[in-house]
Formats: sequence, C-alpha cells, structure tokens
Amino acid sequence: MEDIEKPFETKELTISMGPQHPATHGVLRLVLNLQGENVIKCTPYVGYLHRGVEKLGENKTYFAALPLTDRLDYISSMNNNVGYVVAVEKLFGIEAPERAKYIRTILAEMGRLSSHIVWLGTHVLDIGATTPFLHAMVAREKILDLFEMICGARLTVSFPRVGGIRNDISQEFLDQLYAFILDFPAKMDDYETLVTENRIWKERTVDIGVISLEEAVNWGLTGGTLRGSGSDYDVRKYFPYDAYDKVDFDVPVGKNGDCYDRYLVRVGEMRQSIRIIRQCIENLPAGPVMADAPKFTLPPKDMVLKDMEHLIHQFILITKGPTVPEGEIYVGSEVPKGELGFYFVSDGTGKPYRMRVRAPSFVHASALTRLCEGGLIADVIANIGTIDIVLGECDR
Amino acid sequence: MNSFLEPILAPFFGLMLTNIVIILIKVAIVIGITLLHVAYATYWERKVIGFMQFRLGPREVGWFGLLQPIADGVKLFFKEDIIPATADKPIFYLAPVIFFVSALTSLSVLPFFDGFAVANINIGLLFLLAMSSLGAYGIVMAGWSSGSKYSFLGGLRSASQVISYEIAMGLSLVGVMIMSGSLNLTEIVKAQSNYPTGFYAIPQILGFFVFFVAMFAETNRLPFDLPEAESELVAGYFTEYSGFRFAMFFLGEYTGMLIMSAIGTLCFLGGWTLPKFIMDLLPFLSELPPIVWVVVFLGKVYFFMFLYYWVRATLPRYRYDQLMNIGWKVLIPLALVNIVFTGTLKIMGWF
Repeated sequence: MEDIEKPFETKELTISMGPQHPATHGVLRLVLNLQGENVIKCTPYVGYLHRGVEKLGENKTYFAALPLTDRLDYISSMNNNVGYVVAVEKLFGIEAPERAKYIRTILAEMGRLSSHIVWLGTHVLDIGATTPFLHAMVAREKILDLFEMICGARLTVSFPRVGGIRNDISQEFLDQLYAFILDFPAKMDDYETLVTENRIWKERTVDIGVISLEEAVNWGLTGGTLRGSGSDYDVRKYFPYDAYDKVDFDVPVGKNGDCYDRYLVRVGEMRQSIRIIRQCIENLPAGPVMADAPKFTLPPKDMVLKDMEHLIHQFILITKGPTVPEGEIYVGSEVPKGELGFYFVSDGTGKPYRMRVRAPSFVHASALTRLCEGGLIADVIANIGTIDIVLGECDR
Repeated sequence: MNSFLEPILAPFFGLMLTNIVIILIKVAIVIGITLLHVAYATYWERKVIGFMQFRLGPREVGWFGLLQPIADGVKLFFKEDIIPATADKPIFYLAPVIFFVSALTSLSVLPFFDGFAVANINIGLLFLLAMSSLGAYGIVMAGWSSGSKYSFLGGLRSASQVISYEIAMGLSLVGVMIMSGSLNLTEIVKAQSNYPTGFYAIPQILGFFVFFVAMFAETNRLPFDLPEAESELVAGYFTEYSGFRFAMFFLGEYTGMLIMSAIGTLCFLGGWTLPKFIMDLLPFLSELPPIVWVVVFLGKVYFFMFLYYWVRATLPRYRYDQLMNIGWKVLIPLALVNIVFTGTLKIMGWF
C-alpha cells in the first residue's frame, strides 16, 4: 500500500461541531480536524452553559444552595439533590432517619432510571434509530409524573432536605411506583429488541471508542463509562450512603471498554435500579423522615407558627445558616453520569467557604479527545452518546 | 389514451400538433398525480411511523390531518428564500432544479398500466438508472455550492454512495433483463405476467435482495441516509437551503422513493398484472377496466413505500465506510453471481 503515490495533496478540514448541533446534547462544541472522514484531532470546548454554580454556592447557606444542584445535571436532578444532602449531612455530622434514607434511595434510583432512559433514547437516536427514543420517553413520563406527585415539580425537584426529605411519601405513590417497576422490565425488553442484538447497532458500537481500564482510570472516568472498561468501581458499593448497604444489587461490568460494553453496562444498571427500588419498597421502615437535630434542620412549619423557640431557630437557620464544624470534606455519590462529588471547605459559618463540584460530565467530555482520535465522524457521534454527558453539569 | 383523444383534438390542431398536445396532457396528468402522491406519501409516512412510535402523526389540519401536506407546501412556498453569503450562487440556484427535474423526468418512462406511459421507449430501464444518477449531480452541486462544510461533506458522501450503489442496482436488474429479454418496462411486465410465478422476485430472489438494499441507498433513506445524517451533518447537503428550494429537494427525494418503488414493482413484482395462475383461476378479472390495474400497481408501489417507512422506524444508521463495504464487497459480488446464474440457466433454456 505504501508505494502507491498520492495523486494529489489533501488538506485538513476543520469543522466546528456545535455549540448548536443536533448530536452534541446541548451546547458542547467540538472542533474536529478531519482528513476526509477521518478524525485526526478532536478538541472539546465547554463553558457555554456556565452559571457559576460553585461561586453561587459560597454565597448561600447550605440549605439555600440545594436548588442549585437541580440545575447541574437537569436530567437527573433527584440524584444531585441526594448527593448534595448526603455530603452536607456528613459535614454537619448528622444522620437522616432510616425511612428517609430508604425513600431517598428509591428516589435516586428513579432519577437514575429516568436519566438512563434519556441516555438510551438519545444515544440510539444519534446513531439513527428513532423508535426506541419515543418508546422510552413514555416510561420517563411516568417517572416524572411520580415526581410531580410527591413534590409538584417534574424536573427540578429539590425534594430531599439536609437531614431527611421534605415530606413523607403517600401510599398511593408507592402503589403506583410498584406497579410501574413490575411493568418496566418487559418494556426494557422491548427497547432492547430493537437495539441490543441489532447487526447495524453492533457494527456501529463494537470496538468503537475503545479505552483500556488503565487509561480510563487515568482520564478520571467514573460511572458506567469506567465500568464498561472492566472496573467494578461504584460509589454505591465502595462507599455506601443512604440505604445502599442494606439492599442487594449487582454492578454490571463490561470487558472491552468500547461503546457497546458501555451500552450493556448502562442497560444492566437500569435493571439493577428496578431491583433496588423493589427491595426498598418492600422493606420500607416506618418512622420520621427528618432527623432530630434542631441545630441543623429547619423546624416544622406548623411549629414555627405556634412556638417561639422554633420561630427563633427558623429565623437563625434561614438568615445566618447553621453553625457548622470547621474543616473540609469530600463526599462522592453515584449519579447516573458517574461520580458526582461535593467538596466543602467550612470556616464555621453558615455558608461554605468553598464549594466545589466534581462533575463527571466535565471529566468525561475531556476524554472525548482520546476516544474520538482516529475514528470517523460517525464515531464521534457514537462517543458523545456513550459517555452520557449533560452540559449543565459539565459547565456548572 | 391516444385513440380516445386523437379524434377529438385532430380537427383543431392537425395531426402532428395533436400528438404534442396529447403528450403534454399526459405529462401534466403524470406530474400532477405524482406530486399529489408525493405529498400524501409524506402524510402516510408520518402516520405510519407515528403509529409505530406511540405518536399520533398529523391530525389537526383538515380531517385526520389530511390537509397537512398542503399546509406544509404552502408554508414552504411563502418562506423567505435565504442564500448564504458564501454560496456559489448560480450553482446554488441550479442544484435543486437538477435534482427535482431528474426525479420528475424518470416518471416519463414509467408505465402505470398497459399502454399508459408518457414515453414508451425501448431503453426505459436504462433511462431510469441514468436519471437517478443525474440526480446525484444535484446533490453534489448543492453540497459544493452551499459554502458550508457540513453540506460539503454531505455532498461528497452522496457522490460516492450513489456511484457505488448505482453499480449494484444496475447489476441487480441485469437478471431481469436477461429473463425478459427487453429493457422496455412494458415488455418486462408482460413477460412477467406470462411467467409461471407471476413475478420475477421468485426466481430472481438474489437480484431482488440486492435491488432492495440498493434502493434505500439510492434514495438516501435510513439505514443509508448518510448524505443527510441528521446527527452527524445537521441536514447534510441541503443544510443551507430553505423555503421552496428546500421543498424541491424534499419533493425530489420522495419522488425518487416512489420511482424506486415503481421500478421494484415493475421489474420484480409484476407491475400492474396479477400472476397468470390467478388470472386463469378467475377469468372475469381480465374484463375489469384499466383503473383496477392502476390500483393494483399503486398497491404494490405503496407496499414498497411502507417498507421504506418500516425500515426507517426500525434500523439505526450505517457508518460511511461500512456502507461502502456493503456496496462493493457484498452487493456487487452477489449481483454478479446472480447474473452468471441467470445467464447460465437462460442458455440451458430453463427460463
């Protein structure tokens, strides 16, 4: 092959994919250097959705910063909320009651399901199959309806609270959720029939965007993107929070580190989420849903209106924030995209001195450079889908 | 049709002009009816895919959304015609015209029922293939002249794709030519109706398969819609087109689909005829008026169109190099095998 002379010189073509592009999941911008259809270099540019969440967090009390986390990864805001309150609780040194922990686990897994549904739909849609997207969205609607039932919001829920959850959930909610998860595995089979064993799907994803375990760790990948390469690192297993140490679930692990394995891992995770929700509902303990820690949790509203003590507590907590032990803390949680970490530096006041969000989407977007190299344009699309990024979280 | 119109028109125009007038009338009828079919092919596509995807499809404009294609057309007519500053203007203007005209010209040789074709020429099949290649020029020119890199890539993809699949498609039809001994579409259909199975899809199963796959690639439909792959190239070669110029590409694409379906129907499914054994069984069928056979023909065409929609709702998209591999390493060898096979059997006198 080498001794064939090139008939003419070819030049590199640089195209800017995004920030407005149908397949970049929001406002990701990739500058691709192309030689024909081959990608020589792929450079991600981020920051189009920067809102300064970390800085805002430093200017709000620990309670008031919770809604900001909704806007990180807006596809799975429930998981961000749970990750945030788990981190803040650890900083405060308080613990939520058992019932609240179980409910938060249920909600986080619902969030994971809805996020993975969006991922499945858009990933498959990017590669050209339109039907699974619309079929999957039907199931997501049901989850959002359930969220609406408990807190009135569908996307930006802000439902968990530091020290527990906002209010107890109803029996009707549990019944509907139980019916949903009994029904859902059959729906999963439906989505998978169109995709998993599809020849074209396999040709488009097997051996595409391969990343070895060692490299994946070096790039800082987490979540399904890392587990596709063969690691079983899952924050829920390694550093359990909420009720994850009390439920029985497997961590699906891939082998080759290609798009197809990452796809299988995430699809496996959806089935595990069903298992977790089911166990949590079946073993849901009775009891209060807010921790009994008056210094760190807002008092109940009706008591504020009746009782002087509670009114003073409420006033101080809202205006000044709680008195927090000095120090720093990093707590990670497993959100659908990977490991979402909150790092707080506390100077003893009611607001964090520094709030840092370790956003998995940001780390994964940086790995696009590595994943897309040497592939074709179509592989770039497959890779964007497979790392499952949300730009709200990436740009913060 | 000629025998019906000639006595009426001849006194007014003279014999030579009459022929021209008759042809013009035929052209008007064919184009009018086809564009109506194109419009409602989009309506039907949206309904069919909507049904497959838990959606409703159009239902607001008119009864059951039946006026939706008309509304879309009106909208596209009145949209602002935007031409990018970097566009190569003459080519930019010309590209959709070439694409659309080449699609419409193909219609001229299609026989819709016995004796009705605008031009019943002897090389009908070859003409169709030529016209569909000509359409690729429109795409390449559109991609080149838009002054956008996405369009450019779309145009290049299309050029190589259409060239590769043209070969496979042409070769897959050679089997039919050998069996019928003609390139005239009417003759091919007649030869089929006298064939024991009634259509060539049965003995020519290999050719039919190759044709079927190449059909999708020729018309840039999923799973081979790479020139306009939405998630990769935004809208491919017509990214920069808007308004009526876009509509011409859109109509051209759907006309192309209808034509490919018609070729498939004529060459492999027996056109407007029913198999001979059915005709022998039910002799009264041959007494029916020609309109019935138009319906039979359209039914078969729409069967192909349904397959287009079905595949679109089911399959993901191939990658560019995979598409090329399928074209050159699978379809063309298969088509060649089919030719050798058919030719051998023909010489041995089996066909």
